[in-house]
Amino acid sequence: MAAAQRALRSEEGLLPRLARCGALVGDGAWGTQLMQRGLPDGQPPEWFALERPEVIEEVARLYVAAGADLVTTDTFGANSFRLALHGLDKELARVNRQAVEAVRRAVAGRALVSASVGPSGRLLEPFGDVSLPALEAAFAEQIAVLAEAGADLVCIETMSDLNEAVAAVRAAKRVAPELPVMATMTFERTPRGYFTVMGTSVAAAVAGLAAAGADVIGSNCGTGIEDMVEIARAMTRTAKLPLAFQPNAGLPDTRDGALVYHQPPQQMAARVPELLALGVAIVGGCCGTTPDHVRALRQAVDAWTAADPGGLR
Amino acid sequence: MEILDEIAAALQAGEVAQVGALTAQALDAGLPAGDVLQRGLLAGMGVVGEQFRAREIFLPDVLLAARAMYAGLELLKPLLASQGVAMRGKVVIGTVKGDLHDIGKNLVAIMLRGAGFEVIDLGHDVAPEVFVDAALREQAPIIGISALLTTTMPRMREVVALVRERGLAGKVRTLVGGAPVNAAFAQEIGADGYACDAAQAVDRVTALLGLA
Repeated sequence: MAAAQRALRSEEGLLPRLARCGALVGDGAWGTQLMQRGLPDGQPPEWFALERPEVIEEVARLYVAAGADLVTTDTFGANSFRLALHGLDKELARVNRQAVEAVRRAVAGRALVSASVGPSGRLLEPFGDVSLPALEAAFAEQIAVLAEAGADLVCIETMSDLNEAVAAVRAAKRVAPELPVMATMTFERTPRGYFTVMGTSVAAAVAGLAAAGADVIGSNCGTGIEDMVEIARAMTRTAKLPLAFQPNAGLPDTRDGALVYHQPPQQMAARVPELLALGVAIVGGCCGTTPDHVRALRQAVDAWTAADPGGLR
Repeated sequence: MEILDEIAAALQAGEVAQVGALTAQALDAGLPAGDVLQRGLLAGMGVVGEQFRAREIFLPDVLLAARAMYAGLELLKPLLASQGVAMRGKVVIGTVKGDLHDIGKNLVAIMLRGAGFEVIDLGHDVAPEVFVDAALREQAPIIGISALLTTTMPRMREVVALVRERGLAGKVRTLVGGAPVNAAFAQEIGADGYACDAAQAVDRVTALLGLA
């Protein structure tokens, strides 16, 4: 049943799909998958888009096979600020274009190409040295290429500064008005509730991202699914837009000098019904999540949908 | 006395111009530069650090307070130097080789400077020998090492090992931090300390130097 429902029409965009399917499944982590496939020392993950797009296709296929409805492009750091750190800013267009094209080929219409746009890695004035217009211009430059290359949606993620997130959403709406925009921020638990490290509250994020024109809002990274359920609960108090949550696979531990996220897929998936009961539209994974996690999320979402054949919930 | 409280309060509020003006006023009134530093600027910064730790305030507030701190510190520095009042100590910091992230490291530098330490910032993509050479050249008793990537984190071990190899263990202390780093990792690689954020980095440096 669920599989048939998921025989997605490639021309059907994110928002109609959400309206039809109720809840969609995102993919999992990319960085770890790419590292396992031989990321050269000192290179950013975007190197694969430039030099080995076939590896991106391979990972994207794993996520589609696991049941992801959205597959993220390897362009999280492909803005001019971050590429410049690696001397790759001249390759910005090629990185972003080839990343989208690789995922496009892999998903072949079975999933949406979700074009990742991460933070600039710089602080805005007056705290840092980057002006808001310069930041928005950098996002516009990246997003224009992503859209032109055939992305199905823009996925602005891991944002800590609401002003930066808003700049990215506005850039997307300016240069790619035809594409839906998902914008998610990273919160941490504080004694007074959830805030980003820059001090954006959940309510402020909801209001600011919606006002900027985002189509889907939510949270990714920073926490595991246990905290995400709480963040989701806080968001539903004021949000009117569809919500997306992409938690890490629990909290990391170090083993032999390496960072390991090890929440088992089933343990993560066990909390999915709580998110869906809150009306969450997209559930995926961030750091440490694997195709196995996505498979478990898929099963949880399908089970939830199947338990409500009349679509009344 | 009252003016020192005012300096501390203005610093907490991130009032750059006001901190500068009040500091000048305090010095004109004949207050010792050391008092203005300790009971004005550093007292204010201490409160800011505590509030940040409890997340009563956030990064932007800390950055504004640090900027206000500099406004006062600029006026005090020449006086402190001429009166032989030493800064609290020197710290060499940087992000490890292969890692290009520096917001976190910059924040630590800002907070350390704000707390009255002298910071030699080596930037990002710093090789182990560059860390150790700088500590020797600058006679800095602390090396602060940052990494933001799980892939570059192991490089911290190389810096710690090189400190030992050069026979500097106990003379130059290593303090590690960054998103993927935790205390267990710091212990495993033999670092002298771990700080979970910039405010804690100030506490650790203070404690490692025996100034607490």
